[in-house]
Amino acid sequence: MSLARPTRTVEKATARRAGKFGAAATRTAIPAVTGSLYAARTKIQPQAVRGTFRRIKWALLAVTLVVYYALPFIRWDRGPGEPSQAVLLDLDRGRFHFFSIALWPQDVTYVMGLLILAALILFLMNAVAGRVWCGYLCPQTVWTDLFLAVERLIEGDRRERLKLDAAPWSMEKIALRTMKHSIWLLIAWWTGGAWVLYFADAPTLVVQLATFQAPAPAYVAILTLTATTYLLAGHMREQVCTYMCPWPRIQAALTDEHAYNILYRDARGEPRVSVKQAAALRAVGKPAGDCVDCFACVTACPAGIDIRDGLQMDCIQCGLCVDACDTVMGRLGRPAGLIGYDTEANRRSRAAGRGPVSRIVRPRTILYATLVAGIGGFMLYQLGARSFMGLSVLHDRNPLYVTLSDGSIRNGYTVRLSNKRPGERHYALAVEGLAGARVEVVGGAPGDLPVPSDATQEFRVLVFAAADARPDPSVQLTFHLTDASTGETARAQDTFKAPAP
Amino acid sequence: MADTANPGTPPAAPETTGHEWDGIAEYNNPLPRWWLYTLYATIVWSFGYWVAYPAWPLVSGYTGGVLGYSQRQTVLDEVDAVRRDRNARGQTQLAGASVAEIRADPALLRLALATGKAAFGDNCAACHGTSATGRTGYPNLQDDDWLWGGSPEEIERTIRYGARSGNGEAHVGDMPAFGRDGVLKRDEAEAVASYVLSLSGKPGVAGASLEKGAETFAGTCAACHGETAKGNPEMGAPNLTDPIWLYGSSPEQVVATVMNGRKGVMPAWEGRLDPATIKSLAVYVHGLGGGH
Repeated sequence: MSLARPTRTVEKATARRAGKFGAAATRTAIPAVTGSLYAARTKIQPQAVRGTFRRIKWALLAVTLVVYYALPFIRWDRGPGEPSQAVLLDLDRGRFHFFSIALWPQDVTYVMGLLILAALILFLMNAVAGRVWCGYLCPQTVWTDLFLAVERLIEGDRRERLKLDAAPWSMEKIALRTMKHSIWLLIAWWTGGAWVLYFADAPTLVVQLATFQAPAPAYVAILTLTATTYLLAGHMREQVCTYMCPWPRIQAALTDEHAYNILYRDARGEPRVSVKQAAALRAVGKPAGDCVDCFACVTACPAGIDIRDGLQMDCIQCGLCVDACDTVMGRLGRPAGLIGYDTEANRRSRAAGRGPVSRIVRPRTILYATLVAGIGGFMLYQLGARSFMGLSVLHDRNPLYVTLSDGSIRNGYTVRLSNKRPGERHYALAVEGLAGARVEVVGGAPGDLPVPSDATQEFRVLVFAAADARPDPSVQLTFHLTDASTGETARAQDTFKAPAP
Repeated sequence: MADTANPGTPPAAPETTGHEWDGIAEYNNPLPRWWLYTLYATIVWSFGYWVAYPAWPLVSGYTGGVLGYSQRQTVLDEVDAVRRDRNARGQTQLAGASVAEIRADPALLRLALATGKAAFGDNCAACHGTSATGRTGYPNLQDDDWLWGGSPEEIERTIRYGARSGNGEAHVGDMPAFGRDGVLKRDEAEAVASYVLSLSGKPGVAGASLEKGAETFAGTCAACHGETAKGNPEMGAPNLTDPIWLYGSSPEQVVATVMNGRKGVMPAWEGRLDPATIKSLAVYVHGLGGGH
């Protein structure tokens, strides 16, 4: 599991074995299977801590949960006939509303861009300060923290919980467990309940849900999310990060010696000795580390690891071990920061007796930041320059042209107009490229083509060339669409076909 | 990163899985047992799934599953239900409105155009062509030349009752076989054919007298086609001065028309198509672009 185990450990192990069995034995020796490939999970009961990182985590937990639960209830007036919910994934009508932005299915590229941005921002965060996302912002971490807080409130801190786990079943244990799981299920249900509110008008859906008149998929979604929240945050916890999430592996491949990570400053901490021993050792001029081996950092860890083993894949870098250690150091009157955000380069530099090195600005952070700014800027520009009207023209496949009784030539086109704004709009269609061309619209007038709110409308458009115009067999036509009320325009190209002279 | 490992306490010999390749051994990091049980559970689940749902491909077909579920059939049923519902509502509206009312209501007009387009492909395209451009003997419905009138109402009437269809309300009026019936001789027919071709600037039969043709036209043809040869939609007599010729504009074809006559038949669709479809067809054909 541990990234910290260096490859040379294998060499060492082999060397030890060689010493035991002789050189010949190592050549053919296949290490024995020393344990099962599967193990029961050891339940982790983290100790409560106080400190800077705990406060940051409480604040972020409050902010993220409030955003999650409150966002669907924010109203946003888009005019009559339009949904008035600020954030709404309208699957029925195929619209994603985010405040003043409305995305159509063809705007799915923005979602793709957001995902690319999200990945790059993860890379950037990792290159600067490790697993910031995992430790503070990931829903898995936030909800696990919340469930842990409930557990602590009902069953007590680590020591009481361990005792309760070991205790035989009693009325009190049953009562405590029932209460804990009920509250967990309530939070889980609430989580699923808030999720569905993003897909329909929230106040309406709340009433429907309460009166059992909501559509069946809403209930199914709530039940599913209740189950997954309860399982993931209540029972699986750190296993989700260790066994299910790909990011720890990617992070391990992307980090470097200049990235800040939560590290144990072993140069200061080693060798680990008790306070008394340290005093004795120092008195005779022998080295003694600041780490008193109190295991406060281990018991505080929600991932169940020992940070003193170094950077590890299981570590979500939540900083709680920092708080735990700082508390102990404070009590002992030693400086804080035995565990803290540090870089591998710094550690080496200090070990070599040189000053601290900090290279937050380095090629990879510049690259990630440039990519984030570039792609983000491009998307913003695209969003700003996005057209709210659309025009597409399709020439009749057959007949290419029609000769009329007065000798004039007619071409037919299927024209599709889109209106991405709320409220009906009236467009004017004009054609350029054919002198003296006349435009007709079946069932409408070219100067006034109504398109309903947030919709597309198809029209059949006829273009006539007078008998004496004698156009070339194929003439380039430009269709101009104008919205007089906003001044917006759109254009499309097609051809005008005529018989060969 | 590797150097971060606690230098004070060297790690114990790591457990390995017992596999070794070229001296590289794999650490044994035991997976939680529930993960293994989840795998077993999914295997058990799959057996139930095979029984309940379509699963295994066979030589021709597949195992259907006891639930008889088919995603494709579900979609088809849903689409069908929507279509039936929409048709039922649309048909009622179309049946209750006149052609003029349909054309005045944008929503109804759209429905009629879509209905008409589908009905045209099913019923009319066999003669008039899939894009309504017709062919020799079958009028082009895209242009603005109409034998029996090109207003929406006139088109509706032609579709409903037909022309020379045997229906009591059908359009009647023949182009007689002037040659076969002995009314005109060959040279008179050639002269009158050359004359009408000259009205739209087309070459006639070599050597035929246009004056003689004009004389014959006034005496024999003008009754139906009119003094100025502009035709008469009351009788289905075509305009002979425009560049559109139903039976061809070569001198031979026009002479053949004069000699043998023409009796093109448009069937009556009343009784075969419901009124809503007929109205939709009229709106659609008129909307092709040539309607008056």
